[in-house]
Amino acid sequence: MPKQKVGFYFILPWLVGLIAFTIVPMLIALYISMTNWSIIGSAEFVGLANFKRIFEEGMFYETLWITVRYALLAVPMTIATAFIVAIFLNNNLRFIGIYRTIFYMPAIVSGVAVAIVFKWVLDPNYGVINSLLANFGIDGPNWLYDPNWVLPSYLIMAVWGASGGLLTYLVGLKDIPRSLYESADLDGANFLQKVRHVTMPMMTPIIFYNMIMGIIGAFRKFTDAYVLGGAGNQGKFYMVYLYEEAFAFYNMGYATALAWVLFVIILTLTIIINISKKYWVHT
Amino acid sequence: MNSNSRKVRINKAILYLVLSLGSVLMLLPFFWMISTALKPDNAIFTVPIQWFPQTLYLNNFIRAMEVVPIMRYMFNTFLIAALKIFGEVFVSALVAYGFARFNFKYKNILFMVLLATMMLPYEVTMIPTFIIWSRLGFADSYVPLILPAYFGSASFIFFLRMYFQTYPKELEESALIDGASYLQIFIRIFVPLSKAALMTIGMWSFMGTWNDLLGQLIYINSPEKYTIQLGLASFSNMTGETLWGPLMAASFIALIPVILILLFAQRYFTEGVKMSGIKG
Repeated sequence: MPKQKVGFYFILPWLVGLIAFTIVPMLIALYISMTNWSIIGSAEFVGLANFKRIFEEGMFYETLWITVRYALLAVPMTIATAFIVAIFLNNNLRFIGIYRTIFYMPAIVSGVAVAIVFKWVLDPNYGVINSLLANFGIDGPNWLYDPNWVLPSYLIMAVWGASGGLLTYLVGLKDIPRSLYESADLDGANFLQKVRHVTMPMMTPIIFYNMIMGIIGAFRKFTDAYVLGGAGNQGKFYMVYLYEEAFAFYNMGYATALAWVLFVIILTLTIIINISKKYWVHT
Repeated sequence: MNSNSRKVRINKAILYLVLSLGSVLMLLPFFWMISTALKPDNAIFTVPIQWFPQTLYLNNFIRAMEVVPIMRYMFNTFLIAALKIFGEVFVSALVAYGFARFNFKYKNILFMVLLATMMLPYEVTMIPTFIIWSRLGFADSYVPLILPAYFGSASFIFFLRMYFQTYPKELEESALIDGASYLQIFIRIFVPLSKAALMTIGMWSFMGTWNDLLGQLIYINSPEKYTIQLGLASFSNMTGETLWGPLMAASFIALIPVILILLFAQRYFTEGVKMSGIKG
């Protein structure tokens, strides 16, 4: 490889950005989280009081529990959905390209528009889901307007958007050597046995990747929750709580402490999953 | 032989059936959005619902634009996205080139740091960064949304570095003999060679801007500076009875650019996943 210093000049913009937009803000975040700062007025150093308050606050546990419950259900559900859809799409049929485009659509359309559309799709009276249920004589729930049905509403959206990782599964499926299936055929394995004993083990690296991304995504969930909310505060995910503390109530110190706690949670989960890797991820 | 080909045909039929059913479910929200956008109020609020609009009622689009200046918001978002894309793509490529094609002191440590920042949740730095920008007098402006892009993006750098590493060493060697500088080699050889990868990144950058709510929510206050996400969010949060017809019309307009990208540039997404080599 060529010259030493030249390379350093090329990465310089990133290094400056790292200092300006990551390292300095992190140091400031460390300080702010120990003050009672609220934008106006001066900040007072309060030590670990913000962190103490977090663990005494009912809202912290409530929003964390909503987020954790969502993550526990949404992550496996989306992984399973994307995996199954990918197996179906991994066939050389005519028009398969059109199907792929359709299934991939939810992955790139996101944001407020989709959240609003789902609010309307899930409308208890005039929405399309309850109308379909009514055709089968089922009296549909009030979805986002019923505290018990808020989480299922979010799960429906998650499964619909499960194709976020679809392309990764498709690429992974393409990389599985034909010979593995051929020898399974020789052993007389049926379709489900092949999925269980060839496809699944070979796909564990992809599942692992999507699991980490899914968990991080679940803990950072904001847009849908901010737009849709949900009855009885059941749509108040952790990030919405953090956002409100910071930008609605200007409790900058407390909100920054919340951000650190989120950081530690995500970091811990990522480390745990990484450790678990050697027990179930095929290499 | 005969029974075998019959089995294949039945399998195919089942596949098509399942895929078609799945597609219907995938498209249902879009269908319902468009159907509602094209119906007058008295056809929207009916039980049982009216699946297809009876007439082509375009008034919802006009009503939507009367309530919120959607075109203005679209323009604002395009402006931010355009200013951001250039910096994010070019600088990320520059940095990736540095990491991929040179050896220098602390390179590996610095690259580990880069990887670490990819995992770092943006939320931790969100509040301090907001405070810094406000202190500098850039609150309620697009600067905090655009300028950081000009320092590169960790995930884009990571992706492009892998791409640049695949080229043979001889690529620069012959150019160096011809007296080209490294910057010239980057611009004249690496950029043209990597068009597909740069396109992929450009698209990710655009989608990131188009679909972002949190960042825009924090920095932008004046309604005339709203982006499409902020405009839609404020439209849906308006008090009083929800104007579902106009709201669906507005949502439809907001999704058009993204859907166009999907239809015409899908191969770049696939390319991106193939290249990112996430297979552990």
